[in-house]
Amino acid sequence: MTELQKTTAAAAPGSAPSSDPFLSVRDLRIHFDTDDGLVRSVDGVSFDLHKGRTLGIVGESGSGKSVTSLGIMGLHRSKRARISGEIRLDGEDLITAGPDRVRQLRGRQMAMIFQDPLTAMHPYYTVGQQIVEAYRVHHPEANKKQARTRAIEMLDRVGIPQPDRRVDDYPHQFSGGMRQRAMIAMALVNDPSLLIADEPTTALDVTVQAQILDLIRDLQDEFGSAVIIITHDLGVVAELADDILVMYGGKCVERGPAETLFDAPEHPYTWGLLGSMPRLDRELQDRLVPVKGTPPSLINVPTGCAFHPRCPYAALTDGRSTGELPVLAEAAPGHFAACHLPADERHRIFAEEIAPRL
Amino acid sequence: MTDTQTAPIPSPAPAPDREPLLKVTGLTRHFPIRGGLMRRQTGAVRAVDGIDFTVNAGETLGVVGESGCGKSTMGRLVTRLDEPTGGKIEFEGTDITHLSAGAMRPLRRDIQMIFQDPYSSLNPRHTVGTIVGAPFKLQNAIPAGGLKKAVQELLELCGLSPEHYNRYPHEFSGGQRQRIGIARALALKPKMIVADEPVSALDVSIQAQVVNLLDDLQKELGLTYLIIAHDLSVVRHVSDRVAVMYLGKVVEIADRDSLYRSPMHPYTNALMSAVPVPDPRRRQRAGRERILLTGDVPSPINPPSGCRFRTRCWKAQDVCSTQEPPLVALKTGHQVACHFPENGPENGPEDAPGTSEA
Repeated sequence: MTELQKTTAAAAPGSAPSSDPFLSVRDLRIHFDTDDGLVRSVDGVSFDLHKGRTLGIVGESGSGKSVTSLGIMGLHRSKRARISGEIRLDGEDLITAGPDRVRQLRGRQMAMIFQDPLTAMHPYYTVGQQIVEAYRVHHPEANKKQARTRAIEMLDRVGIPQPDRRVDDYPHQFSGGMRQRAMIAMALVNDPSLLIADEPTTALDVTVQAQILDLIRDLQDEFGSAVIIITHDLGVVAELADDILVMYGGKCVERGPAETLFDAPEHPYTWGLLGSMPRLDRELQDRLVPVKGTPPSLINVPTGCAFHPRCPYAALTDGRSTGELPVLAEAAPGHFAACHLPADERHRIFAEEIAPRL
Repeated sequence: MTDTQTAPIPSPAPAPDREPLLKVTGLTRHFPIRGGLMRRQTGAVRAVDGIDFTVNAGETLGVVGESGCGKSTMGRLVTRLDEPTGGKIEFEGTDITHLSAGAMRPLRRDIQMIFQDPYSSLNPRHTVGTIVGAPFKLQNAIPAGGLKKAVQELLELCGLSPEHYNRYPHEFSGGQRQRIGIARALALKPKMIVADEPVSALDVSIQAQVVNLLDDLQKELGLTYLIIAHDLSVVRHVSDRVAVMYLGKVVEIADRDSLYRSPMHPYTNALMSAVPVPDPRRRQRAGRERILLTGDVPSPINPPSGCRFRTRCWKAQDVCSTQEPPLVALKTGHQVACHFPENGPENGPEDAPGTSEA
């Protein structure tokens, strides 16, 4: 990651980036028809991701972060899902591409790490068999022996001790951290250029989490792939991400480089997220400052700004927050926020009321 | 308990000059492993293996540790949902270690439990009114103003609306369900509440709401909490004293401030340094000064001899494998079980990772 790449990626999108992004998502909408009504899980999300960079997607459960990632992987091909917008992977549109083409790309160009490795791995096959299968699907020329060697090599790379022996173990014989490592090995066996990690450490203990985060970072340095990390834990994104996208109610409410997003967050929801987590690196606070209320239903998303029923500053927008949809506007170079509050007002509130409490 | 060097926030607990509310000595729980034709016992999972601690009235003891360290089993033993295989539990001076279910029943009014998963701990076929009212019926303690009124008051106390009386659990979000669980635990005005991971299944913003609710309830009702959690930042926020468990043993127990400022046990140091900090600048500045523990927690069926942490400890010496370190007080109110403690009284608390540079 050179300094040059950093600046170009920080400037994208909006100002013209000097190199084409590896993954480009434009106005992605994923809706589901259900008996209760149309669920707008993802409603107009756009972002760019360059090779060697990490994007963190943060949000509460039901904010649409996992649906976005499954959409990129082309895993919403059910009749009930309505997908529109544009997902360009290395210039190729994935939404218009046929299922066979997407299947070719999935696993080869883009791979995914799931949250719960016990349910994501097949209990009936050994870990080795599953990695071998992932490899041979995309390398039909490789024979079984080569594939097995490759599987052992990958298990070794992700730090499984005695990989030549453990390759024949079943998933249940691995501990939680080792299963997650094995899944990372499976995802990386074809050297994908895009890796999506959906809550990769949520089910793990802190000490194991630290190991896995280090591993993902090392592997990214080594392979130079683009990484999307989806999590609800701001600590985890701060460890890994170069850029952060905050989702709320299926929309992106704030997006920017990690440092600015933590130092000078623009959206009241981001303030709420930062204020509601107890932090070990700060002096102890008397009370946490939670976001009031609960996340919205994605069937009846509140009108205007979806966050307005929970926003303590909604009254300061002359009623625009209830009637008008806020657009993502550039608040600082590369830093976008969708909020009706005037920028001066926002900065004043943040400096006077929010920052001292964080 | 309140005699720490520096206490930024006065702890809400009264000075404990009386008998502790809960006193646990040498508590053990071994789960037998049976094998062979005769189902003879071939071994034991030493889930809890001789722990001592006390909880004073009005204070909060936090218990942290990785999964499998026995913290949840300990919680179940203290509430007598499980039968200890050894040791002694005293509640208000009464030995409750082996009380029968019938003899235990009157005491259930005083010790209640909040469970981790608000989805599986509420009966889906019962209304909220039935769930929260159940303790009254079971104890034959219908309050003077009528059951419904009492339940509605409880719901209001926990931040729910009295109209929720006739609804079913599936109509509520995770945070609201956890509030229902808390209302049920509070119904009989208990003296002590054992909360097993009360917020770990909740979103960050909701987590803060529930943490604040627990805080308020403690102040209002003078409750004593035993909070079991794996999240060190949450535990720091809620506890007056903290116990760290590893493989069925308490390795360190101390006042909150003393523990977080200068953790003495190497394991506590490693745990604290592994917590991801929501500050992307720290990643560059601090680099990887974190202590990475290698490998996994050893099996509690066959724990290492001597100090149980020695297999993953970077300070381990010969004496660690032969002699089990006793839990001794190295400072007032700071007990640690280690042959080579960090931040000992002579070292001073300067180099405590995780708590430096506020």
